[in-house]
Amino acid sequence: MSEVLLPQHPPAHRWISAARAGDASVTQAVADPLFTGFGKTWWLALLITLPFVLWLFVAIAWLFYQGIGIWGINSTIVWGVAIANYVWWIGIGNAGTLISAMLLLTRQRWRASINRFAEAMTLFAVAIAGLMPIVHLGRPLYAYWLAPYPNTMALWPQWRSALVWDFWAIVSYLLFSILFWYVSLIPDLATMRDRTPRRAGQLLYGAFALGWRGSSREWSRLQTLHTTMAALGVPLVCSVHSIVGLDFAASLMPGWQESIFPPYFVVGAMYSGFAMVVVLAAAIRWGLSLQAIITRRHFEVMARILLMASIVMFYSYATEWFMGWYGGEHADREVVRFEFTGTYAPLYWALLACNCLIPQLLWWPVARRSLFILIPVAIAINIGMWLERILIVWNTLSHGYMPSLWRSFHFTFWDWSFLIAPVGLFAFLFLIFIRLIPSVSMFDMRELAHQEAAA
Amino acid sequence: MTAKLVAEFLDGEALKAALERVRTAGHAALEAFAPYPIAGLAEQLGQGRSAIRGVMLAGGLGAAAFAFALQWYSAVIDYPINSGGRPLNSWQVFLLVPFEVGVLAAALAGAITFFWSCRLPRLHDAMFEIPSFERATQDRYFLLAASDGDPNELRTVLRDAGAVAVTELRTP
Repeated sequence: MSEVLLPQHPPAHRWISAARAGDASVTQAVADPLFTGFGKTWWLALLITLPFVLWLFVAIAWLFYQGIGIWGINSTIVWGVAIANYVWWIGIGNAGTLISAMLLLTRQRWRASINRFAEAMTLFAVAIAGLMPIVHLGRPLYAYWLAPYPNTMALWPQWRSALVWDFWAIVSYLLFSILFWYVSLIPDLATMRDRTPRRAGQLLYGAFALGWRGSSREWSRLQTLHTTMAALGVPLVCSVHSIVGLDFAASLMPGWQESIFPPYFVVGAMYSGFAMVVVLAAAIRWGLSLQAIITRRHFEVMARILLMASIVMFYSYATEWFMGWYGGEHADREVVRFEFTGTYAPLYWALLACNCLIPQLLWWPVARRSLFILIPVAIAINIGMWLERILIVWNTLSHGYMPSLWRSFHFTFWDWSFLIAPVGLFAFLFLIFIRLIPSVSMFDMRELAHQEAAA
Repeated sequence: MTAKLVAEFLDGEALKAALERVRTAGHAALEAFAPYPIAGLAEQLGQGRSAIRGVMLAGGLGAAAFAFALQWYSAVIDYPINSGGRPLNSWQVFLLVPFEVGVLAAALAGAITFFWSCRLPRLHDAMFEIPSFERATQDRYFLLAASDGDPNELRTVLRDAGAVAVTELRTP
């Protein structure tokens, strides 16, 4: 009675390429791999990412023991890889909730296939992002001083400090994302509870499913809560990355003190986040054989969003250059000149190539539909976005108001460690997520299948 | 005495049609169970709107007001410190933290109200005793109906509406 989901060419429906996708077959396609296991490939992938996790722990331990002098930062370039990582990871993190909430509010039905793992991506990325300011603190054991609490020193946090805004933005956003993700996970956990053959699974999934029955009352309340949270989530995401932008814009440095920073950071976050979702969607689609649910059309619409965001990014860069010149401030003009011709100029040209030039390939429908082109473009965008963040830090700090302070940043082994190892940790956490939790929202897919008349 | 019957259906349309038939025959349709949110089902069952949004608004504004008051008290009254000549009550930047905290508090208040109004978490429910009810979260649709008179009459109505199984619900 239940048929396996087989992708068809041409796709049978707009967002589902199988001819029929009944409730049973959607459930089966998403849930059953979790009971049978993923085989050797999954274990191999986990084994590859594990050394990176250990590497990160070693790097953090050494940093805590030795201090932040192990990085290439110096008394002029006081920010480095940790800050760029922070902005990059929270940018990726912002996209999951933004995508899920924005597509829900605009009634984009295709979100059903990607919202669950995009939100999981958010959780892991924001958790890694939250780590970065703490390791950068210098005295991380005092990180809790950011919180207001009654203390014998009779001190309070400095509410005018961007670091304090960051603290509240990250904490609020991380907890909000967990909640947003969890409430929409409850019905699927109940499915897992009712389907798993093992007692341990029944107990664990059952405990987290909270006794969900799928009653009409539960569904309508859940939908009210979820859409209201989505409506709050969109401004929250924008505010979080705006606050990250204010870390720079609220300073007095040339190249940073720009009112365009908050919106420009928000678009950048959506850009890198969507690029990451494309990569993860391709991996999940291949790894879990979900070609019928995550179709080529999904990639095509995401590619269109990437193209649009790349144009907005280019416009933002151009605005920065124009305002640097138009403002008439010598130091601002010098920073723009330094970007194009200074120490880090090759990286700056690489950033423009990755973020503005290469994505123009997506004007061609062939490129949008071909994963062999789309995935390298998405990876290039993520590299470009990291370069953008590190160059915002380096160019301004290397070329500030005082020429006698001009210096360069030189990578150390530990800079590389903090750049590469978190990517491994992210992959490690994501692998565990797809092994334990349905990576596509089953009830959203059932609803989509009924709307598409595929059920 | 009142008898409560649970009917199992193969699809949502049959469930909605059966609901109407149960009503027309003079019985009460109490609740419906489905593996995905069926549009219009709650309205058909006459389930009113929940207070979730109102509680979220109140919780969010309350927490935001508290966060602003905390900043104002600490920066103006308890620990006034001249930071670069900025005013003690720098209210413009004091709005950032209340916004973040307010959204989080609204979400928390909404989730708690949701759990409360659906009586979650629950360890057990009489519905879980119904045979094959585990498929309510997968691919089957269930209707809970109550009859005031003869339960067999309701049973016939449900059968005629296309139920593949009808079971009596035993409540303690």
